[in-house]
Amino acid sequence: MAIVEVERPVLVEHGPRRVWSAVRQLPAAPTLILSVVVVFALFAGQVAPHPPTEGELRMRTKPAAWVEGGSTAHLLGTDDQGRDILSRIIHGTRVSMAVSLLAILLAGSIGTAIGLLAGYKGGLIDALLMRLADVALSMPLILIAVVVAAVNGPSFRNVILVIGLLLWPRFARQVRGETLSIKENDYVALARVAGRSGSYIVWRHIFPNVVPSLLVISTLQMAYVILLEGSLSFLGVGVPPPRPAWGLMIAEGRHLVWTAPWVAAFPGIAMAVTLLALNMFGDWLRDKLDPKLRQV
Amino acid sequence: MNGHTPLLEVRDLKTYFFTRRGTVKAVDGVSFSLSAGETLAVVGESGSGKSMTALSLVRLVPEPAGRIVGGEIRLEGQDILKLRPHEMRRVRGGRIAMVLQDPMTSLNPAFSIGDQVGEAVREHQGVGGGELRRRVVEALSRLKIPSAESRTGDYPHQMSGGMRQRVSGAIALSCQPRLLIADEPTTSLDVTIQAQYLDLLREIQERLGISVIFITHDFGIVAATAHKVAVMYAGKIVEMGTTEEIFDSPAHPYTEALLRCVPRSDRLESRLLDIPGQPPDLANLPAGCSFAPRCPRAMSRCREVYPPEVEVSPGHVTKCWLAVTEE
Repeated sequence: MAIVEVERPVLVEHGPRRVWSAVRQLPAAPTLILSVVVVFALFAGQVAPHPPTEGELRMRTKPAAWVEGGSTAHLLGTDDQGRDILSRIIHGTRVSMAVSLLAILLAGSIGTAIGLLAGYKGGLIDALLMRLADVALSMPLILIAVVVAAVNGPSFRNVILVIGLLLWPRFARQVRGETLSIKENDYVALARVAGRSGSYIVWRHIFPNVVPSLLVISTLQMAYVILLEGSLSFLGVGVPPPRPAWGLMIAEGRHLVWTAPWVAAFPGIAMAVTLLALNMFGDWLRDKLDPKLRQV
Repeated sequence: MNGHTPLLEVRDLKTYFFTRRGTVKAVDGVSFSLSAGETLAVVGESGSGKSMTALSLVRLVPEPAGRIVGGEIRLEGQDILKLRPHEMRRVRGGRIAMVLQDPMTSLNPAFSIGDQVGEAVREHQGVGGGELRRRVVEALSRLKIPSAESRTGDYPHQMSGGMRQRVSGAIALSCQPRLLIADEPTTSLDVTIQAQYLDLLREIQERLGISVIFITHDFGIVAATAHKVAVMYAGKIVEMGTTEEIFDSPAHPYTEALLRCVPRSDRLESRLLDIPGQPPDLANLPAGCSFAPRCPRAMSRCREVYPPEVEVSPGHVTKCWLAVTEE
């Protein structure tokens, strides 16, 4: 019987066109906001109009530029030490980004390794690791951060360590679940028939198929970490002053909330917008990578 | 059979599952042998133990519930049940290869087919670079994949089921196995593609001289491909013989019943025939012959003692009391 095969249309584009078609599909608003945040974080020193930690006492608690009494020199006004709020927010992105990226990297690496191991090995190893994850998840994160800060003093490094070490189970659970279903695929059985070792199968056959959902939870968890870092800084056990962190700025504006609400409001808005953008982006990514919704 | 040692010899293989409801004897004392270049078809209903037999041959029985509890599997004279796991890994990849039922899940969606075939070729033939690329294209064209050269960059989801099954075949054959186990490789393909695929497989088998174990429930496929047939019921081989013997003079009522289930145009019937009753619960087998409750010709002896193996003619064996009395 002859095999008749019609020439297929090109389904995958290559080169610059492929990059462009991928970019065009990105959700506009979240991408724009996150790009701005990333640019702020990378080039805070160049973008910010004023140094973030030096205030002019003459210019204390000035309102935003469009409010009466404001000046265009300080677009979003100043705090009670005369520091430019816009500049502090811009520098604050750097803290939020650094903390969340490093904490996610830490939690993601631990969680992925443990999830792959537990899911692939199963049995006792799986049971032990998952109970460990339950324990880690049941730890009151904020309380532990307070204790660590009380013992070791608040520091940038401690915030990352605490968040990273308590967040890994979220990754581990997801990765374990996916591993359990991926390892039932015939290509895993066939790889074993072909004489592949367990570590090879995990690395080569399972891990690449976990990556998409790893990206999704990383994005969504990043929003959570930013919020967490904000809470810790707000409580004074996060990133220590004078480094500008959003949570810290909100805390500092707390007692001015009746007289100078903008001091706390603008960092709050910055945080809310960033979180919203991250969540929207994460949702989009999840739909995009969902094999059920994926276009062939 | 001819005088030299068979490629594969299975003797009294037992694979049990230990479940809460009791011991499930999925494979219960299966014996057969297979010479080089021969094709054995293993047929039976779902749950008759044919797939478990295949998995036992490569020692991939789902653990910890399932375990091979007894028997021998001799591949080229070597008992592979006695091998350590790392030795077993070499045997599996080198000499036994498998093609499975579902082409949707037998390829890794994360890699292009060129990568996946290339990986197998590199591993077993030790080549790289331009030579590797050439061999990949060769492996794909051997399975008659059109414009193989340009399709190496394709991902599994861009291919049809038939094409994917061919890619799986290319991967399986790239390690130049002695034995190919094909577990219902055509069930998910449509009929014309099925025929193409079977022709292709037979052609390659003849060219490379490999032995094939074909697991199927489709007698059409059996007739087209197999030299020998083993009919399985409730974990046991109830009848085994050459394809002609099985089709022309089935000795076991179960084989007869299976053959009657195949719809035929020369036998006008108002409805499709089936075998009355359900396959038995393997955790709770009846005393005597496991087919007796469904057998139209069951005698009282059948319900009491499991029948012995009887040789109906040289090489054609069955486990049935009817054959015993006929002798």
